[in-house]
Amino acid sequence: MVERNLFAGFGGQGVLLMGQLLAQAGMMEGKNTTWVPSYGPEMRGGTANCSVTLSDQEIDSPLVTVPTALVAMNRPSLEKFEKTVAPGGSIFVNSSIVDIKVQRTDVNAYYVPCNEIAAELGNDKVSNMIMLGAYLGKSKCVEIDTILEALLEKLGQKKAKLIPLNREALLKGAECVK
Amino acid sequence: MAKKLMKGCEAIAEAAIQAGCRYFFGYPITPQNDIPEYMSLRLPQVGGCFLQAESELAAINMVYGAGGAGARVMTSSSSPGISLKQEGISTCAAAEIPCVVVNMMRGGPGLGNIQASQGDYFQAVKGGGHGDYHLIVYAPSSIQEACDMMQKAFDVADQYRTPVMILADGLIGQMMEPVELKTNPDLVLPEKPWAATGYTPGGKKPRSVLNSLYIETEDLDQLLERLFARYAVIEANEQMWETYNTEGAEYILCAYGTVARVCKAAIRILGEQGVKAGLVRPISLWPFPSKAVHDAIVQDSVKEALTVEVSSGQMVEDIRLAVNGERPVQFMGKAGSYIPTAEEIAERILQMRRG
Repeated sequence: MVERNLFAGFGGQGVLLMGQLLAQAGMMEGKNTTWVPSYGPEMRGGTANCSVTLSDQEIDSPLVTVPTALVAMNRPSLEKFEKTVAPGGSIFVNSSIVDIKVQRTDVNAYYVPCNEIAAELGNDKVSNMIMLGAYLGKSKCVEIDTILEALLEKLGQKKAKLIPLNREALLKGAECVK
Repeated sequence: MAKKLMKGCEAIAEAAIQAGCRYFFGYPITPQNDIPEYMSLRLPQVGGCFLQAESELAAINMVYGAGGAGARVMTSSSSPGISLKQEGISTCAAAEIPCVVVNMMRGGPGLGNIQASQGDYFQAVKGGGHGDYHLIVYAPSSIQEACDMMQKAFDVADQYRTPVMILADGLIGQMMEPVELKTNPDLVLPEKPWAATGYTPGGKKPRSVLNSLYIETEDLDQLLERLFARYAVIEANEQMWETYNTEGAEYILCAYGTVARVCKAAIRILGEQGVKAGLVRPISLWPFPSKAVHDAIVQDSVKEALTVEVSSGQMVEDIRLAVNGERPVQFMGKAGSYIPTAEEIAERILQMRRG
């Protein structure tokens, strides 16, 4: 099993966190994992992305140039990375703000209205967790419960009250791609 | 100890503390700011001292002071900042001060950019500062390796009384991987009778003088003879490298740091197409593992070698020296921060194969 994922979007959409939670959860489930952020001037209000590789084997290159899954939280990310996805791979599109469709026919496209679902849940900030749920719903590479464990570690016990909301967001996302 | 997902910079800083480092002097620069940030939190917790100096030059001279007093001390910076430290690094080498310097390389020359690069190989391995000296230089290719290397770096710095450089690309600093940090509660630091720890008139300990100025020709000659005798021992004992899939390979890739991992991915892609390629990865860049590189490349099965770097071609010179014309050694890379992809590297090998 090797999953090479690229999470991309605007700075502030929680793209780097999505990747970190996946990497952390992968580690907790005993997998090898790497998380590589884009960093630099592009993070100031521009686009941000991170590559997350999960594998049962030793991971050679931590750089993801041909992703098996692309998560595009905004339109520039879809436009920039659609062509890089491996044939047979998956593209998850935040259809709340991306107003174009995936052009390629040799990949699986999933449209997730992250911001609308987040608004239904009463918190705009969980749109990344909805998308992560959708990704997990299809890839099933780690358990949603492990993601929540990873999130709890990140938040600390003081903010543990946020876990139920995030659980709901992850489940809604997973449901969306059923 | 359980594995922890850590950013490279933070893992390196924690590994240094576990290796007995208690003093850090530095000046901020991207992409290594997470090291001083982490040190500023952790060193006071373990009874150490973190100090943000007024400049890189001040920082390296503080390292000189703390190292001269026998402490385990480090500094870190990124390419332009490392250039500013060179005078002090040369001084530490001459005064035989053990210390560890981390360089998270970014694109150069000048201020360059802030992305990962490998343009400082020459600076680290061939001198950097003025005068006849060497640093021991280690290049990690994963965060776990970087952590393990910190313990080794402090140990060899003390053993040989020399500055040691960790030459990593910015990616190692910024990415996250699970690491197992070895705690070392029983760490015993070596005795340093030479250290300048204070002189008592009439006491048993002679006055310690740490100096890099030898105004008499004979005195400087003596220092250099001593240093180069030591460098010969280091060259004999401290070479480190990794070979991967080299036995019976048709092509050998040569790379260090993160790029070596991209080469492993290229080897996987080539294997899927029935082409057997291998990798030789120098881990100690000085002393350079010349024999290991030679032996990996000069085998009957090997047609050619390809060195891949994020530079316009620096380590390739040492690879060619090691191979000494016995096989053609090609180069792939670009100055700045462009990391070739595994697909591009594989394609280049296929091109070489087509002739």
